[in-house]
Amino acid sequence: MTPSDSFDDLRDLYQEVILDHGRKPRFAQRLETFDSTAKGDNPMCGDRVQVWVKFDGDSIGRVGFEARGCAISVASADLMAETVQGRAKADTKALFEAFREMARTGTCPSCDAALAEPLERLAPLSGVHEYPSRVKCATLPWHALVAALDGSKEASSE
Amino acid sequence: MNAIDKSAGLDVARIRADFPILDQKIRGKTLVFLDSAASAQKPRAVIDAMRIAMETQYANVHRGLHWMSERTTEAYEAARDAVAALMNAKDRAEIVFTRNSTEAINLLAHSYGRGVMKRGQAVLISGMEHHSNIVPWQMLRDSHGIELRVADITDQGELDMADFEAKLADGRVGLVAITHMSNVLGTVTPAERIVALAHAHGAKVMFDGSQAIVHRKIDVQALGCDFYCWTGHKLYGPTGIGVLWGRRELLERMPPFLGGGDMISSVTYEQSTWAAVPHKFEAGTPAILEGIGLKAAIDYVQAIGYDAMVAHEASLTEHALARLASVPGLTILGQAQERGGVIAFAMEKAHAHDVATLLDRQGIAVRAGHHCAEPLMRRYNLDSTARASFGVYTTHAEVDALAAGLLRVREFFA
Repeated sequence: MTPSDSFDDLRDLYQEVILDHGRKPRFAQRLETFDSTAKGDNPMCGDRVQVWVKFDGDSIGRVGFEARGCAISVASADLMAETVQGRAKADTKALFEAFREMARTGTCPSCDAALAEPLERLAPLSGVHEYPSRVKCATLPWHALVAALDGSKEASSE
Repeated sequence: MNAIDKSAGLDVARIRADFPILDQKIRGKTLVFLDSAASAQKPRAVIDAMRIAMETQYANVHRGLHWMSERTTEAYEAARDAVAALMNAKDRAEIVFTRNSTEAINLLAHSYGRGVMKRGQAVLISGMEHHSNIVPWQMLRDSHGIELRVADITDQGELDMADFEAKLADGRVGLVAITHMSNVLGTVTPAERIVALAHAHGAKVMFDGSQAIVHRKIDVQALGCDFYCWTGHKLYGPTGIGVLWGRRELLERMPPFLGGGDMISSVTYEQSTWAAVPHKFEAGTPAILEGIGLKAAIDYVQAIGYDAMVAHEASLTEHALARLASVPGLTILGQAQERGGVIAFAMEKAHAHDVATLLDRQGIAVRAGHHCAEPLMRRYNLDSTARASFGVYTTHAEVDALAAGLLRVREFFA
């Protein structure tokens, strides 16, 4: 181990933004007042997440979460919370579908231009498509969020 | 590296040349395969045996009155002889082929549990079992009124013998079903003491030898147990074939597991009679090619010799425990006195899945997760760990690569 060790070989999935959000998530807290909450559970690896949502009319006002899992799942939950705040509920589901496609394939050719900006923010997670067993780590918080939007307590996942 | 590896009595470089898969790059890095406990790689001898059978000598077994069927039956039944010799079974008819260890345990739960055990009796397992030695007994409990008991393990990861004995004390345990070597902790359980205690309290004993078969010479007569199961793919053989050994008199008392062809003596619409053991438990066309491959694997292992394999593994394990102890923030699960080459660990500040993925980027394959042993993970208050495990082809240099890779992962997450 030398200070010159560049870690280039480790960076494609674990970009700095993922490490940063995984280490110091900004939204990793239970909301004191909320309108809906749901849990997501990945029994294959033990990842667990709970998402709390406070609505602002038809939009998402605030999102908070608690996650027990890998850096990818925590970073994904944090980037999700950051990205969906202030977004209309209906748009958020469309964004989830787009994000899921990006996580599975690396890109989202069918995504319309309206999603370009939020997807850009989530793009650091697109590297998971190379690791089929890790895709779920990135999408688990989104499943919980969509379950909260739908008013169900538990996320149904693929 | 070869100098060290030869010191254990094994020419690892020569052995590695027998495993074609090892000679390749993964993500541009030399493959360091440390996941043999999940499934081992296959030597050329196994690959060739199965290919040659398909190319030159293949038909269904036990039924065709033609040359191909006779030769294939001989080759397949030779596998039974090889297994019997490997385990020192008294009688080749005591070797039942199954799909894997899981099926062997399900067979036992079905045929011995439902067929021989009585409502109100209990099955005793340990706190370090694989799901395959938990769930079949839960199903038996729920369908047949058989109690399921769990003997504790100590913080060191060894069987708590006082608790084990206490759970036998009322004489209601009909069967002890317990691992011979933990797939997570590496712990080798004290088989002879387990058998002595169980028999003293009127219980039969089955060992799950899925891991142990690779790491120890198994002599079922010396162990004194009643059943012993393992799976071929961890012993460098193909997937799809496993073994249940049982004492003949017990197998004869047990009803069949699956019904169908090959397991009958005669069939009418009114009733059928069963074939003799072991065929009573082998319904349908068996895993013929896999049996032939398994025999080649056994021959390969026997040619190397268990003494050399065990010495090599002990040397690797000792080396690994020392090297991993030098990685800051790394905790190894279990410190059993007697252990095999399976090492599960948790890294501070890094989730096991991140550790596994970052090792994979460096060409190092380890397993991460709950290792099909969720209750054991819970015992140590963990969701998951990473696990490195060794095979006959593993080198000391690969262990060094693991330690160096883990140091990089730690630095990366610092």
